[in-house]
Amino acid sequence: MSWGEFFHMGGYAVYVWSSYGMALLVLVYNIVAPILRKRRLLRDLVREKSRKSA
Amino acid sequence: MENTESSVYSAFIAIFRRDLKLALRRRAELINPLAFFVIVVSLFPLGLSADPPTLLRIAPGVLWISALLATLLSLESIFRSDYEDGSLEQLALSHHPLPVIVMGKVAAHWCTTGLLLTLLSPALGVSLAMPMDKLGALVLTLIVGTPTLSLIGSIGVALTVGLRRGGILLALLILPLYIPILIFGASAVDMAIADLEVAGQLYLLTAMLVLSLTLAPFATAIALRVTLE
Amino acid sequence: MNFFHRFASPREFFRIAGYTVPWLGGATLILIVVGLYLGLFVAPADYQQGESYRIIFIHVPAAWMSLFVYMSMAGAAAVGLIWKIKLAHVIAMSSAPIGASFTLLALITGSLWGKPMWGTWWVWDARLTSELILLFLYLGIMALYAAFEERRSGQQAAGILAVVGVINIPIIHYSVQWWNTLHQGATVTKFSAPSIHLSMLIPLLIMAAAFMLFYAATVLARARWEVLDQERRSTWVNEYLEQL
Repeated sequence: MSWGEFFHMGGYAVYVWSSYGMALLVLVYNIVAPILRKRRLLRDLVREKSRKSA
Repeated sequence: MENTESSVYSAFIAIFRRDLKLALRRRAELINPLAFFVIVVSLFPLGLSADPPTLLRIAPGVLWISALLATLLSLESIFRSDYEDGSLEQLALSHHPLPVIVMGKVAAHWCTTGLLLTLLSPALGVSLAMPMDKLGALVLTLIVGTPTLSLIGSIGVALTVGLRRGGILLALLILPLYIPILIFGASAVDMAIADLEVAGQLYLLTAMLVLSLTLAPFATAIALRVTLE
Repeated sequence: MNFFHRFASPREFFRIAGYTVPWLGGATLILIVVGLYLGLFVAPADYQQGESYRIIFIHVPAAWMSLFVYMSMAGAAAVGLIWKIKLAHVIAMSSAPIGASFTLLALITGSLWGKPMWGTWWVWDARLTSELILLFLYLGIMALYAAFEERRSGQQAAGILAVVGVINIPIIHYSVQWWNTLHQGATVTKFSAPSIHLSMLIPLLIMAAAFMLFYAATVLARARWEVLDQERRSTWVNEYLEQL
């Protein structure tokens, strides 16, 4: 089986690869969301702290 | 406060009567859900077709969905005014068990909405070309189904009554939980029109009523405690 | 029990979860690579559906997870409500968006699978319909949580709704299935594979395990920062910030 055939998925390429693409999207969203939360939270907390000590 | 000897039953009756009296005093509010029910049902012939076979085909679903939406719009009245004037807090602090108080309020709510919708439904059924001898099935499903709608709805209202804009949120919370009642209620009427046996759906609707009667007051009471905190 | 008490303390949770997340993430990655290899390269094409059946390796684990996450969310919410454990509420509310995203994934891949199989993007099939209602339940819980200004009340209110939903899920599932058999026209339920071949079952189970670990990793990652936020007044958070 060649790579071309593999990506062709017997004619179902659009459906199969968009399914896997959506899965990737969902995984990425769930990885990025906590990272963004962390960044925003730490920025807020550090700012709050420096305001208090100032 | 009240006499400590008063039993749970008399607490239920007292709340039931009080809410009923309050509802009767606000007659305009009493009529609103009914008017809504009539208007929504009459939109369907206008939007789809006035052709009797088509109307008969959609009648069960239209009547049930409209009854469900009318109930949904009236739900807030279970707790809203009592929450705003602080009497809900008083009731929660009283020595009576909160689930019993909830039961009394929900029963009063059903009598002023679900029961009236049910009584009104035969007229609307006729307007949607339902034959006279099938109206009994419609009334029967509504009378078993609408109390469940009030009971499940009371949980949603208890959760959202403390929020400033709870209206649409309430619909979002409650409508998915109404789906089984809609399915069994509408299909029972549908099957009755087709001269089929509907006992099965009625048993299921009754089972859901019993289940919600035993669980919903407790869930509502817990939700009220969170809201009143 | 001692372990649980220690783990339930916010500070210990923050520390232990911090160690655990990378391991869970690494294990997820390995399982996904193995699962994709077996599913896309080793497993043969289906004799009826050709290559399109390979969507199963995403769709079915996502559908399983949508329910599993709901159950863990409601379980955590119940623990939080009964024993007043703050951390359980945090876990429950961190689970909601993850579960909702798995539900959405199951719906979209179901639709993508339905197009070649049924010829349309959407059919009111019992499973897709139940999945759609499950998404509504998730959205309701998330909206309720977001509507409260005070986090604690929001967690409790949304937790109650999650528990009420759990009682309703079997009823909804049963009623939708019954409704579907009643109104079934030309719909053929292609999703139910009565005898699935072992070479397809193994990658399916591996992908399911990968999704499960992924959920564990992300729910802990989300919950960690939520805990830090909730405990912002305590000394250990201050100490943590100073270390940065």
